[in-house]
Amino acid sequence: MDLNSILSLGENAIQLGLISSLTVLALFLSYSMLNVCDLSTDGCFTLGATVGAVVAIAGHPGLSILAAMAAGVISGFVVAFLQTKMGINSLLAGIIVNTGLYSVNIAVMGNSSILNMNRTTTVFTLLKDRLNGTAFEKEYTLIIAFTAVALVVIFLSVFLKTKLGLAIRATGNNPDMVRSSSINPVFTTIVGLCIANSFTALSGCLLAQSQKSVNIDIGTGMVTVALASLLIGGVFLGKGKIPLRAIGVVLGSIIFRVIYAVALRFDMPAYMLKLISSVIVIIAISAPYLKSQFPVIKRRIFLSRRKEAK
Amino acid sequence: MLTLSHVSKTFNPGTVNAKTALSDLSLHVNKGDFITIIGANGAGKSTFFNAVAGSFMTDSGNIILDGKDITLMPEHKRAKSIGRLFQDPMRGSAPGMSIEENMSLAAGHGSWLSSISRKDKALFRERLALLGMGLEDRMKQPVGLLSGGQRQALTLMMATFNPPKLLLLDEHTAALDPGTAEKVLELTKKIVDENNLTCLMITHNMQSALDLGNRTFMMNNGNIVYDVEGDERKKLHVSDLLQKFKESVGKELDNDRMLLSE
Repeated sequence: MDLNSILSLGENAIQLGLISSLTVLALFLSYSMLNVCDLSTDGCFTLGATVGAVVAIAGHPGLSILAAMAAGVISGFVVAFLQTKMGINSLLAGIIVNTGLYSVNIAVMGNSSILNMNRTTTVFTLLKDRLNGTAFEKEYTLIIAFTAVALVVIFLSVFLKTKLGLAIRATGNNPDMVRSSSINPVFTTIVGLCIANSFTALSGCLLAQSQKSVNIDIGTGMVTVALASLLIGGVFLGKGKIPLRAIGVVLGSIIFRVIYAVALRFDMPAYMLKLISSVIVIIAISAPYLKSQFPVIKRRIFLSRRKEAK
Repeated sequence: MLTLSHVSKTFNPGTVNAKTALSDLSLHVNKGDFITIIGANGAGKSTFFNAVAGSFMTDSGNIILDGKDITLMPEHKRAKSIGRLFQDPMRGSAPGMSIEENMSLAAGHGSWLSSISRKDKALFRERLALLGMGLEDRMKQPVGLLSGGQRQALTLMMATFNPPKLLLLDEHTAALDPGTAEKVLELTKKIVDENNLTCLMITHNMQSALDLGNRTFMMNNGNIVYDVEGDERKKLHVSDLLQKFKESVGKELDNDRMLLSE
């Protein structure tokens, strides 16, 4: 393999890592801050992709981004409403919305499960035309992905310092304390999930437009892939200030995609992506628990050996 | 200040586990009262606080706070006028957030999108210094690093940052070691006095039930069985309280912690 193909492989991984890091940042807000595991992520990612695609195909590339994010806000609102106002368990609320979104997404694409954007003007083709002839003419995907991620990281860093942001963090930390500060945790949960899902939808929208097509499976397994990235990011920059942690989350996403790309080079079949992300999530979440159990397990083994010796 | 009229609450109604936690409870608390509350396990002391704070809605009756009917008001809205401390020092603050951020939420200054101002920081620092625990120099540290006593003192400071109309203390020193408990209790007295707060305090310590405040409630079976204040209260000893309990309830007082602390 020559240097050029390695470089392009790395660049692809970084682009994909950046675009999917928007979903990871969404989970950073909902899972790490608000302590809600939002299982509607897959459907919401696809929703962003389909809505963005349909609006772009209709001839409004700029508006497609906003439309996708707005669709994400609505999806997040429904999930939050079900779990705070309708007494539905938060995991179940996510799964229900996720299932419902499948039909919604097919409907958005006009009773089709795939849309092609080969001749569609998207934000990517717009920038590509603008950069034509300059030194960056091939980097348009990277530039857009990087800009979107930078904006979201800056937004989160500023937002989580505001009173509303603090209230959202406290809701995940100690809802009792939020109530005693005269803040309604229902409100903070709704706001948090609306914002988080707008990022998830943005992520889906950008991925679809960058690969010039969208199909109904584009978001399948996204929640596990994003969780894996989130946990990888936490290993490197899990503690400290919010901006640093947000950057860590983005790095986690890129590292995940780079490792995956390398594994592909070593002839790992592409369909292994989801199994690998599942295993990463299992290890990252269960490791602290198993570590705490280890002394007891050690003593059990020791005792049973002693019995055998007798 | 606070009036409860005919308040009742039954948990798990209509099942074998039905438990009447408050039965036709009526009482009136005057402005500036500092009332200590004692009673056996399951007498309804905490349920009484939960009803007032809005942790659940009562089955019947009315709750009036400072002339306003709060019977059906949700908990977070009541929190504007009611400060509350629990036995568990972990319940009042968010461990993953810094002292400063916790205080900022309690202070509630500014709009939703404002961040902590320099003026606020100076104010927090000043208030924390009053606790005498050195917390004013640790404002950026997460609350999770504080000891139980420090966290309870911080919660007390947060609950009274904007002086509430009513302060509810639910055995708030019971989980602390004796030295720390005493310190937190001293702080409580100081803050209640300085702000002239109306305060209800559940305690398992019979002696401090008589030493602190101006009035004492004894609760049993979801109601107040003995309400004493003024000269009669001044003359009371712990043994009189135990006797009173036997008279009104018909058996010895059994509160495991209460007996241990005798």
